[in-house]
Amino acid sequence: MASPLISPPLISLRGITKVYGEGPNAFQALKGVDLEIARGDFIAIMGASGSGKSTTMNILGCLDVPSGGEYLFHGHHVETLDRDQRALLRRKYFGFVFQGFNLLARTSALENVELPLVYRGDSRAERRDAAMEALDKVGLKDWWDHTPGELSGGQQQRVAIARAIVTRPEVLLADEPTGNLDSARSREIMELLTEFNAGGITVLMVTHEPDMAEFARTVVHFRDGLIERIDSNGHGERVAG
Amino acid sequence: MLGTIFLLALRSIQRHLLRSFLTVLGVVIGVAAVVTMVTLGNATTAAVQNQIASLGTNILQIRPGQGFGRGGGGPRPPNFEMADVTAIEQQIAGVKAAAPQVQSSGTAIFEGTNWSTTINGTTSAYFIVQPWPLAEGRGFTEAEEEAGKAVCIIGNTVRENLFRGGDAVGQRFRIRDISCDVVGILSKRGQAGFGGDQDDVVIMPIKTVQRRFTGNQDVSAILVGVDDAYSTEQVQSAISDLLRERRKLDGKEDNFNIFDTKQISDTMTGTTTLLTRIVAAVAAISLVVGGIGIMNIMLVSVTERTREIGIRLAIGAVSREVLLQFLVEAVVLSCIGGLIGLVLAQLAIALLSPLMQVPWTFDAQINIIAFAVSALIGVVFGYFPARRAANLNPIDALRHE
Repeated sequence: MASPLISPPLISLRGITKVYGEGPNAFQALKGVDLEIARGDFIAIMGASGSGKSTTMNILGCLDVPSGGEYLFHGHHVETLDRDQRALLRRKYFGFVFQGFNLLARTSALENVELPLVYRGDSRAERRDAAMEALDKVGLKDWWDHTPGELSGGQQQRVAIARAIVTRPEVLLADEPTGNLDSARSREIMELLTEFNAGGITVLMVTHEPDMAEFARTVVHFRDGLIERIDSNGHGERVAG
Repeated sequence: MLGTIFLLALRSIQRHLLRSFLTVLGVVIGVAAVVTMVTLGNATTAAVQNQIASLGTNILQIRPGQGFGRGGGGPRPPNFEMADVTAIEQQIAGVKAAAPQVQSSGTAIFEGTNWSTTINGTTSAYFIVQPWPLAEGRGFTEAEEEAGKAVCIIGNTVRENLFRGGDAVGQRFRIRDISCDVVGILSKRGQAGFGGDQDDVVIMPIKTVQRRFTGNQDVSAILVGVDDAYSTEQVQSAISDLLRERRKLDGKEDNFNIFDTKQISDTMTGTTTLLTRIVAAVAAISLVVGGIGIMNIMLVSVTERTREIGIRLAIGAVSREVLLQFLVEAVVLSCIGGLIGLVLAQLAIALLSPLMQVPWTFDAQINIIAFAVSALIGVVFGYFPARRAANLNPIDALRHE
């Protein structure tokens, strides 16, 4: 795959394979994926279930390790890092948004957003200020003391996005972020993601809804553990592929 | 970081208040039981020691008898006589004083009040052998003892019940069929080792008791005070030799026993100490069971909070931080349980010590030990569930339903 970029890619995957299980029951989820992602891109990853899109997402987010191939982040090999080194990498560079929101129950929105900062060792005041700022960005400043049970699905997802961006990560990974939301709420979430992308955060999103993929600049289609094709939506100035 | 983890643990406990309480119940009961048992046990031991010490140390008590462990059978061994007492006092080195004793009982009557009590006949030597100061009045005069006058020194219980706590010295009351003048009142001494009120006594000159009540010259027991400079063992064997000779026991077994109050004290405190240890051991087992309860709930908690752990791992918590979080949570839980247990123990002690007739005590050492053990239980039984949480795979944890 040729790279038309001048600056080196933020992420490059080279011949990534992933095998689950062993022996005759082994299942090859990825069969050699090559992908380069430029800083500031907004990528939607699409594909049927079992096509390898979630596995790719997990590897990209350093939640999982590939069975073979190379993963370069800022030009550094990531596939060789151990569990705790990957955790530290996630802490510093990645933010996660999940389909099921995954907020801590019975915990205020503010405390949920503060959580990543706790692990960074920020002081109480720093945490509070940064978390309130993040909540403000997603439009939930006045809801800071509400627990997930007291928030709607769309609001919960916005809290989750605030939690993901509170550490000012370079990459935001969103796994079916609108999967549990109606179309109006989904559009709100996508607009937020677009906004943060415009602010400089690279966004990687897994989705199976073409409407949502419309918001991305680049759409990567997966099929049977391989990249089938890469489309450019043409509403961005820089396109990876 | 540790401070933050500590706060996280408190928040988590606060979110599951009822479950947390039930979890620590085992530790609460364990700590409360251990502290209560050990404190009350030690207090009992101390009380027994005190009572025996109040009888005085370096005292030998001589009674007629066949020795320990020998049941009835044969004729009753003969009592002593005053000559034995005099001989012990005069012939054996190291004897500070020897006091004869003869006991009787009777009902005392004063202004229509009746009180059943023990009558103890002895001499002034009785108050030299053992430290038992008078609260009021005086002791017997030589003349009173010689003549066998009807005078008496009463214990505090008799004074309270017969004289209703009023003035007693100089009063005259009836006991059995004689009238008796109160010359002195003894200071309060309290319960004897195994029940029995030492203050429920009327002490009279031995001659009076022999003449008016028992009708013979027998002495039923001798108390011997040993000089501090001499060993009680030596004095004891010298008395034994003397009495064998006087009682013409050539070749025969002793028909009297000599008890050393120190020996009695050691035996009795040894028994209560042993009992305390056994009960404390049983209580300690409940503490361990409490620890297993904590482990059980922490394991449930890890399973239940798998998603939470997944979130924490995803946003960049390293294994050690997750391990620490659950470990701290277990330790905080068990420490809270320990503290509640300590408070309960103080309440139980306050409640039980009057029933057991021991003074209320606060044993700092056992409280500290019990608390430290409860913290240790948190570490030991919290480690396994915490490690399980820390080793979860973030992807699987996030997918967990």
